[in-house]
Amino acid sequence: MCVRTNNIGIKKNQAAFNNRVNVCKNGCGIKVFIASNEFLNNFSLYSFTQLKHRRQKQERKMQGILSYLILLLITAFLAPVIINRAGKAASWLLGSVSVAGFFYLLRFAAATARGNTLSMTLEWLPQLHLNFTLYLDGLSLFFALLVTGMGAMVLVFAGKYMQPYPQKDRFFLLIFLFEFAMLALVLSGNLFTLFIFWELTSVSSFLLVGFSHEKPEARNAALQALLITVAGGLAMMAGFIMLGQIAGTLEINELLKSGELVRSHPHYSPALILILAGAFTKSAQFPFHFWLPGAMQAPSPVSAYLHSATMVKAGIYLLMRLSPVMGGTPEWKYILTITGAITMILGGYFAYSQTDFKKVLAYTTISALGILVLMLGIDTNISIKAAVIFMLVHALYKGALFMIAGLIDKSAGTRDLRKLGGLFHVMPEASVAAVISLLSMAGLPPMIGFIGKELIYEAKIGLPEIGNWLMVAGVLTNVIMVAISFALIFHLFGGKLRYAGRVPTRPAFALWIGPAILAGTSLLIGLFPSRVANLLLRPAITSIRPSIDTLSLALWHGFNEVLLMSLATIGAGITLYLLYRKVNPVLTNFNNEVITFRFANAFNRTMDLFLKLTKKKTSLIQSGYQRYYLMAIFIMTSVLAWYQIFYTWQGNGINTGPVPAIFELLIAALIVSAAVVAVAVKSRVLAILSMGAAGYGIGMLFLIYGAIDVAITMLLAETLVLVLFMVVVFHLPKFTNFSGRGSRIRDAVIAIFTGSFMTGLVLKAGQMDPAGRVSAFYTENALPLAHGKNVVNVILVDFRALDTLGEITVLVIAAIGVAALLKLKSKKGSAA
Amino acid sequence: MKSHIVRLAASKLLPFTLLLSAIVFYRGHNEPGGGFIGGLMAAAGFVFYALAFDTHEAEKKLRVSPLTLIIAGLSAAFISTLPALFAGNPFFTGEWVSVTLPLIGKIKAGTPLMFDLGVYFTVWGVMLTIIFNLMEE
Repeated sequence: MCVRTNNIGIKKNQAAFNNRVNVCKNGCGIKVFIASNEFLNNFSLYSFTQLKHRRQKQERKMQGILSYLILLLITAFLAPVIINRAGKAASWLLGSVSVAGFFYLLRFAAATARGNTLSMTLEWLPQLHLNFTLYLDGLSLFFALLVTGMGAMVLVFAGKYMQPYPQKDRFFLLIFLFEFAMLALVLSGNLFTLFIFWELTSVSSFLLVGFSHEKPEARNAALQALLITVAGGLAMMAGFIMLGQIAGTLEINELLKSGELVRSHPHYSPALILILAGAFTKSAQFPFHFWLPGAMQAPSPVSAYLHSATMVKAGIYLLMRLSPVMGGTPEWKYILTITGAITMILGGYFAYSQTDFKKVLAYTTISALGILVLMLGIDTNISIKAAVIFMLVHALYKGALFMIAGLIDKSAGTRDLRKLGGLFHVMPEASVAAVISLLSMAGLPPMIGFIGKELIYEAKIGLPEIGNWLMVAGVLTNVIMVAISFALIFHLFGGKLRYAGRVPTRPAFALWIGPAILAGTSLLIGLFPSRVANLLLRPAITSIRPSIDTLSLALWHGFNEVLLMSLATIGAGITLYLLYRKVNPVLTNFNNEVITFRFANAFNRTMDLFLKLTKKKTSLIQSGYQRYYLMAIFIMTSVLAWYQIFYTWQGNGINTGPVPAIFELLIAALIVSAAVVAVAVKSRVLAILSMGAAGYGIGMLFLIYGAIDVAITMLLAETLVLVLFMVVVFHLPKFTNFSGRGSRIRDAVIAIFTGSFMTGLVLKAGQMDPAGRVSAFYTENALPLAHGKNVVNVILVDFRALDTLGEITVLVIAAIGVAALLKLKSKKGSAA
Repeated sequence: MKSHIVRLAASKLLPFTLLLSAIVFYRGHNEPGGGFIGGLMAAAGFVFYALAFDTHEAEKKLRVSPLTLIIAGLSAAFISTLPALFAGNPFFTGEWVSVTLPLIGKIKAGTPLMFDLGVYFTVWGVMLTIIFNLMEE
């Protein structure tokens, strides 16, 4: 285990020094590095014992985080039991696990705010650079707090919300599994660790979207979301591999230092595009955005947690993480800016024309994700600041609003905006929380949303070339946001009580407390932004762009261009809101009837086409007859092997070895004659027996040449195969028709070809130089390294144990395949 | 097969086959043998038994289903790779301890032994699954 502590000073006047102390502790192999800019300045302050003490403290801290991750994983599997046994207290109990994590992680804020980064590495497969690395800096801490904090709110909410669901125990397992994966994702310090957890979030999202699996729409949406995000993830993995090849490392803290190298490499562009494919699919960017509205089939807690606050932000996190490594180039700027802008405006437009509360929220989420990508694409100091702050803003208001959507659904039985109104009278607390959150979404003071929006405007103004177009698109999107927020505030919560079907009931405390806390946070941070800015936001921004070392946020920026634009936005937004009742139905119709193209449908059609294609392909090349498969295998193998043998043949003759003894020749003769008999006889039993004789003969040869293990295995396998054949042969009909002359000649040719290639291979093996082969290493090291004298066994269970594990797994799959085939067939037989 | 001689032989031979397979498994680390061969031998014993009686009798004699053997085997093999992680070594590193037992003396036990045990059970289970299924046909 290796714990690394990097202390990166952010103060420029101290940047002259970069010192590295490398201490190894013997025994358990723990290595600690301290690299510090401040190190020399402060050296006199530390006696060696103090330094050691500090190092051990850091190391314990990272192990604490690892323990918390393990605790989450254990909780995931205990959650079903807790839910079923602990009754009402269960969700509070589970929520407190998340709360504890939040406060535990918060204790690291002071350290990351000073510019410290902590990391620890567990070596996994070091030969492939695969390590399990945890890395904590301002950015990962910011996301980790988001994951645990939102997790707590959502868990408490879900405890009540999921009560009527029959499989709610499974729900809690999945949501904790997700929390574990998401937290591990943002804390990963190695791209492959990150990738594994990235995929785990996709899988848990798939299971959660399809949670109500009796509904076909839920199953479809789940599959669609999975296929898109996993396809993107696959591309991303290829991108990671390329990035690893370029930089020579997959560790994030080392990658961060090799930005120059990566950006100037000829493979930069393909690597970037592949990685962006992963980020864009995960974060629902155009043209992959359509899976997100579909994912609204999931229960509301899932939408609040995965599909607004955390999982869809994983793509954004990755972009932020890699921005110092890959960002700033024209490719980066153009792709991100254009994609982000399109997503932003498209999301806004569709949000405005929806009638389902949850769909409105889904499309505004898409729009917000577009804004985030756009900000990262603009890639100026101010836009990076805007991205981080808007991330917080959006998580706070959108998480709250999704939970309120669920709460309304629970209370009123519908989420249709046309049917509901005046909900303030039924749910005053939730309505206040919703109004505050909506004001934050509209970007009005004194909410944190206002500060976020002001920064976004400022970032767009600062742009020379395409700035004007972005400005127009940005203002338009915000006008729509204002209009939607006002429409929701006044139509849904204000006015007279309207409902459809049943009378809305007052929601339970557990349902509104989460949204209320989130809304309160939006308001509080808006009023007093400086503390959060210094503790969490500035460190996160510094991790993305080390040159930014100050961040001052305030509601009042003075009377300037940005404020003027904000005022104009609000004015236009109110106008659009006043038109909402008239425009919305028109737009809904327009969307439903005129725009017949649906991304989701197009995707489904493509999938259907693909399935048809594979079916055709399968029926073309899969005959279903074993003899043709065998022919294909034999022919292909021998052609390829012959090619290789001819190509590498050395002209120095054949090494036949020592002259064989008489009994060796006798065994060889026995093998040959047994083979001839097997081909010539007309009885199956005789053929099988003679094949067995040939096999035993070969086993004998192994025995003579000293490969005892191989010989024993060969004899045993031969015996069992013989038994197998005998068992089968009883069930076969008698030979009635023999193959014709043509096919016999064909088979003979194939057999000779295959047999001769084996002969060629053996002769070729005699030419090889036995020195310099890997076998010397095994023979010498079997006893000292692996405490075994039997080299064959040591290779199998120690040196190449991974291969063996793979092989026995394949064996098991084969066995299950055989069992399934036979069981399935006999079931069919009994039915018929 | 309803031959009484074969049946008697099969049922008397079975314990010895299993004992032999266990010995072959254990000595595998230093002399010819090992989990794969041991597993094949154990399977061969039960296949002979199934030939003499039938597969149901053999499964009864086995007490657990071949599938359980497979699960136990794969789990053992996989779990044996984990102690290395807790010892701070890469995944799959062999970890050894020496244990001194009364009567027997000092023996060395390590994760490769457990891994080999996993191979033993997996091979045993896989062979029986395939052969029993085919014999039932």
